[in-house]
Amino acid sequence: MGAVSDVPAFRRGVKFRFDSVRDSWVLLAPEKLFMPDDIAVEILKLVDGERAIKAIVDDLATRFDAPRGEIEADVIATLDDLSARGAIQL
Amino acid sequence: MTMPAPPMGLIAELTHRCPLQCAYCSNPLRMDAPKSELSTDDWKHVLDQAARIGILQVHFSGGEPMARRDLPELIAHAAGAGLYTNVITSGVLLSDAAMDGLMAAGVDHVQLSFQDVDPQKADHDGGYRGGHARKLEAARRIRDSGLPLTANFVIHKRNIARVAAMIALGEALGAERMEIAHTQYYGWALLNRDALLPSREQLDFATAVVEAARARLKGRIAIDYVVPDYHAARPKACMGGWGNRFINISPSGKALPCHAAETLPGFTFPSVKEASLAEIWLGSDAFNRFRGTGWMPETCRSCDRREIDWGGCRCQALALAGDAAQTDPACHRAPDHHRIEEAVAKAAASEALELVPRRMQ
Ligand code: SF4
Ligand code: SF4
Repeated sequence: MGAVSDVPAFRRGVKFRFDSVRDSWVLLAPEKLFMPDDIAVEILKLVDGERAIKAIVDDLATRFDAPRGEIEADVIATLDDLSARGAIQL
Repeated sequence: MTMPAPPMGLIAELTHRCPLQCAYCSNPLRMDAPKSELSTDDWKHVLDQAARIGILQVHFSGGEPMARRDLPELIAHAAGAGLYTNVITSGVLLSDAAMDGLMAAGVDHVQLSFQDVDPQKADHDGGYRGGHARKLEAARRIRDSGLPLTANFVIHKRNIARVAAMIALGEALGAERMEIAHTQYYGWALLNRDALLPSREQLDFATAVVEAARARLKGRIAIDYVVPDYHAARPKACMGGWGNRFINISPSGKALPCHAAETLPGFTFPSVKEASLAEIWLGSDAFNRFRGTGWMPETCRSCDRREIDWGGCRCQALALAGDAAQTDPACHRAPDHHRIEEAVAKAAASEALELVPRRMQ
């Protein structure tokens, strides 16, 4: 389980980039690829190997009209899932 | 029919040449001769088109892709076009100089395959003396260069007892990912099926070992586990669906919906020398024939999994049911499912069979 103090980073060999053919963000990983949904895209844009989960939640809370607790739960669930699938390290 | 979505991945089979001779190799029995291989410029043209039509990842495979001297040049070209590059290799040609070449080209990921953990057995099954030791060196080079490593083990009844040791080796090598893949029975593997196909008990044993390791390594090493169709109640979604996600290009330039598709009769597979990738993806009979659900037999058409596994594998339907347009016999609902059960029983009854090594004719 990710904790608010964890600092998420893309694992080696993982690239997050915009695909102009599909007009959407894609997460490219060793022999896998993910099409993150809109919420995951906003989270992943803030993953830089320096910001802790708490800072990511703070940032999103200023921009999105949702209770902080809900945002935090979303961020942790998204990152946990991508960590289990080998794209993110926590 | 709606317009097919853009393909995700390109499997570039650069050559059928390979220093190894694995009897479980899924390459076709009749391999493309070296002199028929696409040129460097042909491949560059393919890579440019691939990026343009929406392909995101290119998997350089073979045979042994490192047997092509222009591999670094092709990787650099693909990277320049924005493609994610993956090299699927046996590792025996991955010297220090070759590793430097891949790094300079900007490779994103290398998948390294092992035949076994026991060096003697590995070298015997790969048909290459000293091969296992070279692979261990290759793994170290990959890690030292800072790249992620996927360690791939193809398992079958000759090595399945050592699956726990395989996972331990992957851990010791610092792999980020592991693939424990049961042999897929195409090409040479189909020819050698009786000597390779594990029993139900062996399969259950391997599955339990993998499940336990997955739980233990969660968040550290992701383990992909590919079960053999022969023991599954449902078939796999072959290639994620025919003409749905991938284009496979053979060494001589044939565009195939899956690497085994050349076994299918009554097809003319388009060549990248004669048609553009866009034409091939959108307009060719080969890619449209089994695309979607319209071609399906009643068994699949009436099934709620039809857009999950897409009716399974066409090549397996041909090999086992004699008709590529039938439900994959791996499915328990298929009229020909008994053929799978017969094959399992036959393999179980044949104990110590010699393998037919993969060789160019
Ligand atoms: S399975 Fe073995 S023989 Fe076939 S391409 Fe891979 S290393 Fe070569
Ligand atoms: S009947 Fe066809 S669609 Fe349904 S599970 Fe079997 S193969 Fe898949």
